[in-house]
This record gives sequence, structure tokens and C-alpha cells, in this order.
Amino acid sequence: MTLEEKVKKIVVDSLHAEESQVTPEAAFVNDLGADSLDQAELMMNIEDAFKQYVGDNIPEEDAAKFETVGSVIEFLKGKGVPENVD
Amino acid sequence: MKTALVTGSARGIGRAICEELARGGIAQNIVVCDVQKEWCAETVAALRAIDGISAESLAIDVSKEESVVSGIAEAAKTFGSLDIVVNNAGVTRDGLLVRMSESDWDTVLDINLKGAFLVTREAAKLMMRARSGSIVNIASVVGLMGNAGQANYSASKGGLVALTKTTARELGGRGIRVNAVAPGFINSKMTEVLSDEVKKQMLSIVPLRKFGEVQDVAKAVAFLASDAASYVTGQVLSVNGGMLMP
Repeated sequence: MTLEEKVKKIVVDSLHAEESQVTPEAAFVNDLGADSLDQAELMMNIEDAFKQYVGDNIPEEDAAKFETVGSVIEFLKGKGVPENVD
Repeated sequence: MKTALVTGSARGIGRAICEELARGGIAQNIVVCDVQKEWCAETVAALRAIDGISAESLAIDVSKEESVVSGIAEAAKTFGSLDIVVNNAGVTRDGLLVRMSESDWDTVLDINLKGAFLVTREAAKLMMRARSGSIVNIASVVGLMGNAGQANYSASKGGLVALTKTTARELGGRGIRVNAVAPGFINSKMTEVLSDEVKKQMLSIVPLRKFGEVQDVAKAVAFLASDAASYVTGQVLSVNGGMLMP
């Protein structure tokens, strides 16, 4: 599975979003209807899935910048997550 | 099949809560938590003697983040879910404000208030995913009315009331209920050290003219933890013989 596919899957599961709507450009709040608790849950699931790269807690100042699905993917790439993941 | 975790449940009110949850059929799996695992043995044995109840002991120092994080994870792993959490662990270090040491303040706030925050935070992560859960915080009448000689304890319990309300607001959308029980004077290790003179004075302000028993608190907790209270959240249920009617 690619990194993008994995992040999309986590977003679909965390936000109960329609798979077709979860594109790299999709904004969590405006396009996917996420509330603050949804976003917190998404962060928890990202942390669980990429623990070896991001540690137990993504700092709030980083998390606050995540507006779109793509911004999360870019952040994870920056943390050294490879293109292909389990 | 529900799993409940009760902090500070080796004895006293915590133990009574475990037994009430088990006997009342509110939880079938009980995690008995205290600072030392060995302290929990008696409570665990009493619970296992009840038909259909599984019980495990767990050492958690609620004032230490790493202890809470690993402890809650272990509890969830043991029974596969965490449905009910009771933040009961608490200590007193009484003294007049002007004579109170910083360490006595910190000890009480770290265990009574920060401990509940840490346990709630870790449990809420699991409950959010499950889209259900019930948390009950053990506050105190002195958190609502103050008490000379208990600046630290009353502040911690007042803080717990506020924590209860905020957590109830934050997590309500995920089907998680958060309530508090505020006991008054209860016969327990905490009150048995009081002199007869002090006890007599205390009873003079209690309309029911007696101290409560640990079971009285436990029954209120069991109600709030159970589905019988499915539309109750953010509330403080006083169990105080009428000494304060907020």
C-alpha cells in the first residue's frame, strides 16, 4: 500500500468520510465535515499507524497545520515515511 | 460484557465501588487499581468469589503519566475493552493554609486531580473509538463548600467537579458520559482518624444525623456508571445526608 492510500484509509475510518471524497486536496473541516474531536481522533490514529516515525505524540503546533489530507501526507514524508508502507 | 476500572480500589470506597459494580451486574470484568499490586489482592479475591466476575489487579501511580499510559493500555489489553472508569484514587494532607507546605499541596493535587485527568485522557482515547463509555469521578462535599484545613483537598475536589463538566461537554458527542459523586462524611479510613468531638460537631450539620457508609457512595457510582443513567452527563450527585443542598 502506498503512503497516500494508507493515509486516505485512516481518514475514511477516523472521520467516517466517503472514500471518493478523500482526495489529497480535501480539507478536513470544509470538505469532509470534521469537527475538532474528529481531528483529534485522526491524529491519534495517525500516531498509532506511524509511531516509529512520529513518536507517541505529534506536537500540537504541527497538528494545527493539518488542513488537508495532502498536508498530512507531506508531513509524514518529511518525517521519513517511505512511499510504500505496510 | 462490560469492563470497569476503578482507581484506588484496594480498600475503602474504591473497593465498595468494585463490589457494587460486580454484584449489580453493571460490569463483569473489573480492574482493581492501586499503587501497589499486592494491596489489590483482597479486593480481587472478593470479586472473583462473585459468580460470573473476572477481576485483575493493576499497579498504577495515577500521578505519573508513564504509569497511567502503560496501565490503561494493559487494562484494555487484558479484557479487550474499557467501558467504565471510576476516578476514585485520593489522599489527604490536611493543614491550615498558612501552614501548608508546597509538597502537601502538590501531593494532593497530583494524585486527586492530575491523576483523574491522566486516567480520563487515556481512557477517553479508547472510549472515543468505541463510541461509548462512562466515567465517574469521586469528588467531595468539601469541593463544593470548602472546609477549613483542607485547602489542597477541597481545591482538588472542586477541580474534579469542573473537570467532570468539561469532559462531559467534550466527549458527549462520542457517546461518553462523565459524572461525579460528591460524598459527605463517610465511615472510612479517612474519617476514622477524627476525634469523637470533631465527629459530633460534623454530625450536627447533617440532617440525617449519621455518617454515610461506603456502600452508599458505591450505589450512586453504580447508577451513574450504568445504562440506567444513559441520559445523565456532567452532573454531580451528592451523597451527603443532606449536609449541603446546592
